[in-house]
Amino acid sequence: MSTDTMTATQVYRVYIKATPQKIWDAITKPEWTQRYGYTNIADFDLRPGGAYKAYPSEAMKRGGEAAGIPIPDVVVDGEVLEVDPPNRLVTTWRMLMDPESAPEGFTRVTFDIAETNGGVCRLTVTHELENAPRLALVVGGGLEDTGAGGGWAWVLSDLKSLLENGSPMNMEDGFKE
Amino acid sequence: MNDDDRVFKALADPTRRFLLDRLFQRDGRTLTELESDLEMTRFGVMKHLKILEEAGLVVTRKEGREKLHFLNPVPIRLVHDRWIDKYTERQVSALADLKHELEGGSA
Repeated sequence: MSTDTMTATQVYRVYIKATPQKIWDAITKPEWTQRYGYTNIADFDLRPGGAYKAYPSEAMKRGGEAAGIPIPDVVVDGEVLEVDPPNRLVTTWRMLMDPESAPEGFTRVTFDIAETNGGVCRLTVTHELENAPRLALVVGGGLEDTGAGGGWAWVLSDLKSLLENGSPMNMEDGFKE
Repeated sequence: MNDDDRVFKALADPTRRFLLDRLFQRDGRTLTELESDLEMTRFGVMKHLKILEEAGLVVTRKEGREKLHFLNPVPIRLVHDRWIDKYTERQVSALADLKHELEGGSA
């Protein structure tokens, strides 16, 4: 057994009082994705080999403009690898919004939604970030102070708040209106 | 005990904070690796990791034959958003900057 395993994987987990279907919709449907976190507009072709694109919301474009960061027409893209609604979604994932992350190419994101007891679901996001140190910094929240948003922890905290309280928490932050 | 209680309880121990710091430096470690950093029995380290797991601060994942431990920052983020953001973020960050500056870093 190796005692010095290197991994570039990041794992995020949050418990949300909502049905698996509601969480699935919040991840895959544009009317939901623009209401929390980076507020991008997701477009998934939910079949293996289908395309994934995320477009910037108006709030993101305005936020980018105000911060002097050019926002591209597509902010994240990838390919759907596995779809098992409402429990599992695997896609490749490339961030185009950050000019330093984009050339690192495609990484891999897995969403696992599992029902626990009491109407609470466990959402686990596993981001495999081999050869993508810059993106690891961005999604790890390491650039939050520069206005780049707080990565997955920030997104998932906001998602929990949206689904449980009906409103996201970070309204005044980052790219929000 | 609610979720916040479990997080605060888990953080209220120097060994557990040390384990989180180790995972922050490099994520995805085996029990053997984590154990080698501590003067403690394997069983003792396992007990601390279990409390961290129950608080959601550590998530384990099988990779091949190994069980790797990952730092999950989401519960800390939730505590931050619930307890710090709401009341005192501006003051806290100003003080944190001051402390950093006084202690010789650049804020």
